[in-house]
Amino acid sequence: MTNPDMVNGPGQAGLPPVKGGMPGLGPSRWRRRAKSVGGVAVSLVLTLLGLLLVTFIIGRVMPIDPVLKVVGERATQAQYDAAYQAMGLDRPLWDQFLRYMAEVLRGDFGRSISTGHPVVEDLKRVFPATFELALLGTLIGVFVGVPLGVIAAAQRGGWIDQIARVVALVGYSMPIFWLGLMGLLLFYGILGWVGGPGRQGIIFDGFVPTVTGMILVDSLIARDWAAFRDAFSHIILPASLLGYFSLAYISRMTRSFMLEQLSAEYITTARVKGLSEWRVIWGHAFRNIFVPLITVIALSFGSLLEGSVLTEIVFSWPGIGQYITKALLAGDMNAVLGGTVLIGTCFVALNLISDILYRVLDPRAK
Amino acid sequence: MTDLTTRAWLLSDAPQTRRQARLGAFYQGWLTFKANRLAMFGLVILILLLLMAAFAPWIAPQNPVAQNLAERLKPPSSAHWLGTDSLGRDILSRLIHGSRVTLFIVGTVALIAPVIGLFVGTVAGFAGGWVDQVLMRITDIFLAFPKLILALAFVAALGPGIGNAVLALAITSWPPYARLARAETLTIRNADYIAAARLQGAGPLRLLIGHIWPLCISSLIVRVALDMAGIILSAAGLGFLGLGAQPPMPEWGAMISDGRTYILDFWWVAAMPGMAIFIVSLAFNLLGDGLRDVLDPKGAKE
Repeated sequence: MTNPDMVNGPGQAGLPPVKGGMPGLGPSRWRRRAKSVGGVAVSLVLTLLGLLLVTFIIGRVMPIDPVLKVVGERATQAQYDAAYQAMGLDRPLWDQFLRYMAEVLRGDFGRSISTGHPVVEDLKRVFPATFELALLGTLIGVFVGVPLGVIAAAQRGGWIDQIARVVALVGYSMPIFWLGLMGLLLFYGILGWVGGPGRQGIIFDGFVPTVTGMILVDSLIARDWAAFRDAFSHIILPASLLGYFSLAYISRMTRSFMLEQLSAEYITTARVKGLSEWRVIWGHAFRNIFVPLITVIALSFGSLLEGSVLTEIVFSWPGIGQYITKALLAGDMNAVLGGTVLIGTCFVALNLISDILYRVLDPRAK
Repeated sequence: MTDLTTRAWLLSDAPQTRRQARLGAFYQGWLTFKANRLAMFGLVILILLLLMAAFAPWIAPQNPVAQNLAERLKPPSSAHWLGTDSLGRDILSRLIHGSRVTLFIVGTVALIAPVIGLFVGTVAGFAGGWVDQVLMRITDIFLAFPKLILALAFVAALGPGIGNAVLALAITSWPPYARLARAETLTIRNADYIAAARLQGAGPLRLLIGHIWPLCISSLIVRVALDMAGIILSAAGLGFLGLGAQPPMPEWGAMISDGRTYILDFWWVAAMPGMAIFIVSLAFNLLGDGLRDVLDPKGAKE
């Protein structure tokens, strides 16, 4: 958990606020909020700087000689020296870091050695594929995981609760790439229900005009139903796989949030008033777990962006995970670092968004 | 008879010596743990795994790296219980020897990461002020990175290999321990007994090592036990990508990667090592849950 405060937020929901202020809340509310917004901004900038610093250090300690990669093995000493200076490697480290930072801020990650394109262009091309996959996975995780967690909490100890427990335990213990292979074997190899590896069948490849880069969306825009069906048959298996891991986490968290709410006094009150169990659970308790749930969903989306690395390898999915791994095996450091910075930035952004939503949506934070 | 008295001695309400009290507390923890059947199941599997790793050369029916191309890709049979891989090597033997690799990776990471975390977290919490600010900022930066991606980047920079994989996993998994240790330290720091020790003249180093570390350790152990499965999965992931143990070392993740090419026709090559990873990480998860109930009753309510 990146931020424990966020998860522990709605502790005593339903209890009236204590008059006279709670202990430990010193300065006025206004100043506290201004301070916390300032703090978020400062920590955001520092984190991003640190991200760049770490990738810079990784790029510098690598044993591969970047100059040799450019000039080739048979270059003369003079050619080597010229390239060495052109790449700025003779300058002091802090100077190199400032240059690196300036380049990244301009959106320049250098040129990928393996594809020959600027890294930014490559990333623009591969990121939508990963985004589409992770988004669909998260949607599956939310629409299955949340109801599962709520029902498991409402019927604690019942058979649905037991199933939810097993589902989560298996999800936490299963190597995702292995499950992907077994899924391919069963649903593609034996049953033939889904499309094979890749994003599209060979006849649809490059047919749909690129608008967003997400083929499902693009084929809808182009009203190309056959292409949509084909893309769907390819994405459904990897997305369900990621969705399963996402729902293992989301259902566990939903369950524990719900249990906390259901033991609160306002629930007893609602029951005493004679409300139906359905309204107590979905109308009262569930509405109060909305805010922490958003944090959980954002975190889970972030971890799917990461988890997609292995999944993309298994399914030959041309996304950022496959891009980074291929670059890695080719010793293409610019591409690896560019991809790492992009995913790290997504993580930071997701944390920030969930933090802001938390402040906006939770009336007690105002 | 002696059994009964030993038990009574252990469960005594009025222990005579410090040793008796300590052993008694340990015994009660064991009783709680033993009552949890799933956790016991996890423990048994892990003990079996340890034995398997220790006696691998004697248990394994064949040499894990001996190639026999005439016998390649044979399905499970009486000669090869789990079949053979693309070089005709016996998969069961490779799995048995692979348990050593897995235990080595998990054990080393689980030793390095919490120690770094304990050190950073307690120093930050105990020193406070700018030291705390700087250390926690560094921790946040590492937390902002997705773990696997950062480990990938590190291995890319250091070069693939089992030692570097361990290093990369340790570097990426210490921050949560630092957070945990810092939180514990903050609650302990102002306790009366720390003040008492300070009045007796204990310096900061003695307070840190003698009084604060011992109290942080039990929650760290629970966290480590719960994280073990994740470490196994990450290590297997690195192996699958070809960045962990290098061939011909029988690493489970790399074995799955070998079987990937043949998945549609020779399913057992990839299926068997995956089952092994699943069983071991499941066992670690069950054990972790049980340990949490014993060592950290507060957290068990979840």
